[in-house]
Amino acid sequence: MEKKILQLLDRKALGRTIARITHEIIERNKGCEDLCLIGVRTRGVNLGNRIKAKIKEIEGIDLPLGILDITMYRDDLFKLKVPGVKKTDIPFDVNNRTIILIDDVMHTGRTARAAIDGIMDFGRPKKIQLAVLVDRGERELPIHPDYAGIRYTANPEEEVLVKLKEVDGKDEVVVVKAK
Amino acid sequence: MNWTKKDLLSIRELSKEEILLILDTAESFKDISRRDVKKVPTLRGKTVITLFYEPSTRTRTSFEIAAKRLSADTINISSSTSSYVKGETLKDTAKNLESMRPDVIVIRHSMPGAPHMLAKILDFSVVNGGDGAHEHPTQALLDLFTIREKKGKIDGLKVVIIGDIAHSRVARSNIFTLRNFNTEIVCAGPPTMIPPYLEDLGVKTEFDINRAIKNADVIMMLRIQKERGGVSFIPSIKEYSNLYCLKPEHVKKAKKDVIIMHPGPMNRGVEISDEVADGPYSVILDQVENGVAVRMAILYLLVGGEA
Amino acid sequence: MKILIKNGRVLDPKNGIDGVMDVYINGGVIERVDRNIRTRGTEEEVIDAKGLCVAPGFIDVHVHLREPGYEYKENIKTGTAAAVKGGFTTVICMANTNPVNDNKSVTEYIVKQAKKDGSCRVFPCGAITKGLKGEELSEIGEMYESGIVAISDDGKSVKNSQLLRKALEYVKLFEIPVISHCEDEDLSTGFVNEGRASVISGLDSIPTIAEEVIVKRDMAIAEYVRSRIHLTHLSTKGSIEAVREAKKRYGKITCDTCPHYFTLTDAATLGFDTHTKVNPPLRSHEDVEAIREGLRDGTIDIIATDHAPHEAASKDVEFNLASSGISGLETALGLSMGLFHDGVLDLIELVRKFTENPARVFKLPFGELTPGRAADVIVFDPYIEWTVDKNTFLSKGKNTPFHGWKIKGKNMITIVEGEIKYRAR
Repeated sequence: MEKKILQLLDRKALGRTIARITHEIIERNKGCEDLCLIGVRTRGVNLGNRIKAKIKEIEGIDLPLGILDITMYRDDLFKLKVPGVKKTDIPFDVNNRTIILIDDVMHTGRTARAAIDGIMDFGRPKKIQLAVLVDRGERELPIHPDYAGIRYTANPEEEVLVKLKEVDGKDEVVVVKAK
Repeated sequence: MNWTKKDLLSIRELSKEEILLILDTAESFKDISRRDVKKVPTLRGKTVITLFYEPSTRTRTSFEIAAKRLSADTINISSSTSSYVKGETLKDTAKNLESMRPDVIVIRHSMPGAPHMLAKILDFSVVNGGDGAHEHPTQALLDLFTIREKKGKIDGLKVVIIGDIAHSRVARSNIFTLRNFNTEIVCAGPPTMIPPYLEDLGVKTEFDINRAIKNADVIMMLRIQKERGGVSFIPSIKEYSNLYCLKPEHVKKAKKDVIIMHPGPMNRGVEISDEVADGPYSVILDQVENGVAVRMAILYLLVGGEA
Repeated sequence: MKILIKNGRVLDPKNGIDGVMDVYINGGVIERVDRNIRTRGTEEEVIDAKGLCVAPGFIDVHVHLREPGYEYKENIKTGTAAAVKGGFTTVICMANTNPVNDNKSVTEYIVKQAKKDGSCRVFPCGAITKGLKGEELSEIGEMYESGIVAISDDGKSVKNSQLLRKALEYVKLFEIPVISHCEDEDLSTGFVNEGRASVISGLDSIPTIAEEVIVKRDMAIAEYVRSRIHLTHLSTKGSIEAVREAKKRYGKITCDTCPHYFTLTDAATLGFDTHTKVNPPLRSHEDVEAIREGLRDGTIDIIATDHAPHEAASKDVEFNLASSGISGLETALGLSMGLFHDGVLDLIELVRKFTENPARVFKLPFGELTPGRAADVIVFDPYIEWTVDKNTFLSKGKNTPFHGWKIKGKNMITIVEGEIKYRAR
């Protein structure tokens, strides 16, 4: 069992945060006709689905959502036990589109780097914007989110976990002791 | 399920879970070959050597493309360019190649067990690209991938393998993949090409092609292995072709949605007629396409990560 | 030199002795075998063999000492050192040297080298045909005068049946047996037994009939010309059954098998370990059971090693290219004790297959503890467990599939003509 240190967001607060990110995306892009969503496996995809639903609710537009598995682009592949590769599924042309890249937690920036490389292999988007639920700081690469739900500066002994009903059975964001 | 093996030497030593892991991993890699940018950086900085002591176009090219699409560097050594012809032993060749610090060596050899010998003396991964009449594991895996893709399942299928079973590493590896599943495996061919004790492997044998094919879901045709003395087992190629060449009238006896496979290279008019090879049931070119994905998966699992 | 071996279980099948006794050796011969022989105080050595077995030195009727010609694989010095370590005091060495032992000068050379370098007695076996080519008879009479005790083209059969007939007829003059290596070369185009294992490995295979058709042919010819034939390294159920039947009709047929044929099956070849490559090949479980039954019921007279030492490089290659053979002298006694531990043979019968029977078949005045006979004696422990380590072999041939095996039974002391030639540390 993980040792919970504190709860950053409960179910309601998480819902409000996603709503706020969605509004910011619409506002910054002056509408959302040209946007495409891409979620990073696993929870980035669930968050993507929620943002997609929220946009439909607000703007009445159904945006396409792609799924990206970054395993093949990782820079730490050879330090890990061979991780399972899952399917990447981007069912739209990324050329000249504005991509909203969605992930749950941003930390070193390496996942975002891998994801951006992954998208670039599908074509040349006009713009890629990064949306994360939690920015926990301590960047190792010069990459920053365009939309961050909350910021929490975690120390090295801590781990920030986003839990979503679809995967984990409940909605919350917690800080736990790192294993 | 994690991959823990250093080498891929034979299907017989793989568990069903390992076989499925390779197939599932290959699903993810298949899409890459269909993109505009057919390359991922996964194995950047890794080196794959193909060491081929027997002629091969398909397998060697397939491995090379697979490695390149994963951004690995590839070096091809074939028997005409190797020191083998100058009398260097396989062991010495391998030790020399090891000094160049590759990450994977794919070996094809006319003698069974040559990859095992390398695997025992080398620290890096060895992949069996076909060893004599023993095994051709990557072929069987791409065959199984193709069967699963086309049929949506493996359990419950009747698979008929026709031809020179005795000299076929493809037949052996396919038997060893398929018997992990609830399949009916029938091997058919001239009595001189069905080795004694074959039924000990859990397959049925049949000499008559018509009887064998009845209700088949999958038909795999094999090539006459001229280089392994296959020709001396039959009176003539002409007679073989009269008796065993797969023609449309045979295919009618199989299930309506039968698929016809061939590991290549085909001897058209010997074991398979043009009409069947190019016909609607043929998945021969799908096999080739899937071969790249399966080999990418294998390279990835063998070198991608410190187990 | 006087040696007294006390309190051992003496196993002397020839004289029907199996009991705790003492053995007195004096001046290179057996002086007395009896209960409670008292020491005279003048013995160079008194050996306490309590809990151990005392037997006539073992006779190995089938070894390859490789000298002359293949000294990088083995020579008479190292081969006989391995022999005495393994409990053998007499060996018969095959003719496939270079040059082939098909004339008296090679025979004389081997006899001379054995006198100079040998730790045990060496009797050469001459070639049946010149150069082992199967074309014309070698000068058997001249070789006999120089010391051969049998003839054989071991390594292959004499393909020409007429020539084999002539050889079998000709040796009647000298009353020595023809040792037959039974293998039909047309049927035998592979490297491993034809069976479930070869279907899995895809290695070209050798069917049991490759051996059996020659076993039957050779026995038929020998019986027809009323000559003596000894079938060596039999490996199949069909061979044993054929010999069992033939022996009922005709008495001059004898045969041997080797420890690997009653210890290993062809399943051992599945990992492509070239140390399991041997000719005839390791056979199926059913064959192994038949070999054991043949040993039990006496169909198989002798256990021989077919000691075939090779240099590492000839095994460090692809299975197809590897040399056939097992370096067997230093594991034979231990592996054969397995027959005793498994209840196949009691100790006296086991010892008989290494002593009385080979002495009888090859007319050697050894293999017995009869007073007045040469004091070739071994002391072995049938129960002690040890681990085979090829690196400790005295043979140059480290080629064994038994490396790392735990074996029960080991030779402790070897005495050749009254001299201690080996003592386990």
